[in-house]
Amino acid sequence: MDLAGVIAIEVVYSVASLILISAGLAVIFGMMRVINLAHGEFMMIGGYATIVSANAGVNVWVAMLVVAPLTVGLVGLVVERLVIRVLYGRLVDTMLATWGLSLVLVGLATMIFGNTTAGISPPISGFALGGYQVNGYNLFVVVVTVVLLASMWAVLRLTRLGLLARGTMQRADMAAALGYDPDRVYMATFFAGSALTGLAGGVLAPLVGLVPTTGAGYVAEAFITVITGGASLIVGIVSSATILGVVSQAFTFATRPVVGEVALLVTALVLLRLLPQGITGRFFRRAT
Amino acid sequence: MSARPQLRGTFVALAAGAAILALAPLVAETYTLSVLVIYAILALSLGLIWGFGGILCFGQAAFYGLGAYTYAIAAINIGESTLPVLLGIAVPFAFAFVLGAVMFYGRLSDVYLGVVTLVVTLIFFRFMNATAGPAFAIGEARLGGFNGIPGFPILNVPGQPRWEIYDGAFYAVCAVALLLVYGLVRWLLASPFGRVAVAIRENEGRAELMGYDARLRKTVLFAVGGGIAGLAGVLYASWAEIVTPGLFSLAQSAEIIVWCIVGGLGTLAGPIIGAVVLGYAKFLLGQQSVIDNTLILGAILVLSVLLMPRGIAGVLGAAWGRAPRRARRPRRRAGAPRRLRSLDRA
Repeated sequence: MDLAGVIAIEVVYSVASLILISAGLAVIFGMMRVINLAHGEFMMIGGYATIVSANAGVNVWVAMLVVAPLTVGLVGLVVERLVIRVLYGRLVDTMLATWGLSLVLVGLATMIFGNTTAGISPPISGFALGGYQVNGYNLFVVVVTVVLLASMWAVLRLTRLGLLARGTMQRADMAAALGYDPDRVYMATFFAGSALTGLAGGVLAPLVGLVPTTGAGYVAEAFITVITGGASLIVGIVSSATILGVVSQAFTFATRPVVGEVALLVTALVLLRLLPQGITGRFFRRAT
Repeated sequence: MSARPQLRGTFVALAAGAAILALAPLVAETYTLSVLVIYAILALSLGLIWGFGGILCFGQAAFYGLGAYTYAIAAINIGESTLPVLLGIAVPFAFAFVLGAVMFYGRLSDVYLGVVTLVVTLIFFRFMNATAGPAFAIGEARLGGFNGIPGFPILNVPGQPRWEIYDGAFYAVCAVALLLVYGLVRWLLASPFGRVAVAIRENEGRAELMGYDARLRKTVLFAVGGGIAGLAGVLYASWAEIVTPGLFSLAQSAEIIVWCIVGGLGTLAGPIIGAVVLGYAKFLLGQQSVIDNTLILGAILVLSVLLMPRGIAGVLGAAWGRAPRRARRPRRRAGAPRRLRSLDRA
């Protein structure tokens, strides 16, 4: 019974972390159709922002929930103005430019922080569940993810800002005709997506040993989650993260973590082959 | 354009290439030159399928690594290099054929294609990193996990395992391989198959309405690209005398794409120039430690996308004043307008 509880927590946590790492990308890629291959590096920056400011004496919660999103949001803003803005509509060029950007960021991080592992200890201690030790911080990640999803849904569905963003993404010319400036809306949306990415990087920072190349591990999984999810932002990533997370954890428990990772990738391949438009291209088509 | 001037152009290019390859040892060491030539072959493989087939493959490194690993494993088990070389080309070819069939018959395109090839490369990378220990062995060859496979027999004169090919002779083999591959690719593109491949790149729907099976043709083109990348992998394995999972890494895939985009897409000379110039730059940069290498590579990529979208070959072609005819860039890169249209519908 205890084992079942532990496994359940692990599965829920892995689904939540998949959602967390892909939320920012879902906004940037799913809404704006900008392929940001520097997504993982944005998370890496969020992680470093958290660790550096926590080491400098900032409260660790403030560091991960405020400093990290703001830092990465500002980085995103600069990147959008300098690079992305020029390349809207040129999908492959954006992809290549952001790939170059990710290499630049990895290089910068290596020069600043060196090729060593940085980290902070999780601010929540573990607790015992029967005979097993459970990592309390994992539950915090789950809570953050749920709050994040709820607020994303609320902003997109209930506020004027969300309506404006969704409208501009669908028909930029119509939004412009109605007097809104698509350029500003794109800029704000990219900022929001970057900030979400930074939040993910900050929240996950205590769980990983951070090195400059950490981002490469995230970007593939985030893309897989968003693309197998399909067109609908929130329902898309939730459904694909659930499938992928459950499959990978099942294989991890049955065999070894590496098999779990490979199983996740293979599942994504099969899903893409069967549902080229993503899960929400076929099911839940009217959801957000 | 009739076939004859094109044939002459091919011979001129081959002769010029042979002359450059023969004179290059005067300015640089053959050890460095060999790997540059290998990079050129690798770049050519992506230049073919991306520049002329419109297939943006994020996982060309998968075929490169597969070729290298196949060669290493076969060479350990057989002890002589002739059959391993052939296997090192055939296995990536076959794998690319199967993967291509799955993708193209599934009508996956642009972004999805990129993600699938990326994922496949990652699977290889993760798997190879996890194969430490005696449990993972093919015949007598241990896969070796993160450390890779060292100490396999290098290239030898066919049938004579004792006559190993290295240094100057190895450079000659690589140079001949590059010329052969270049000739093969030129021939392929001049043939009806190549012309239809370009037509499919330009407008897949129209080509299909004319009765050409785009799925099969893209699959075959993709497989040829995989085979060429496999050959580059075989030569690399024999040059480095070790194969590691790093061959499958994202950085490796990125580098191939950077070569093509910096050199100039839609030409054959472009990727070769890109690979040689950037490969040599990387070699020079590796000797200093002031600025991180990755940073420079990344900056080059960003700047060339923003400022020089036609690549070195495009710039050179324009300088020659014959850009409209020679540097034919794909009018649209891998489906950007299509995505926009679907965005309009959404």
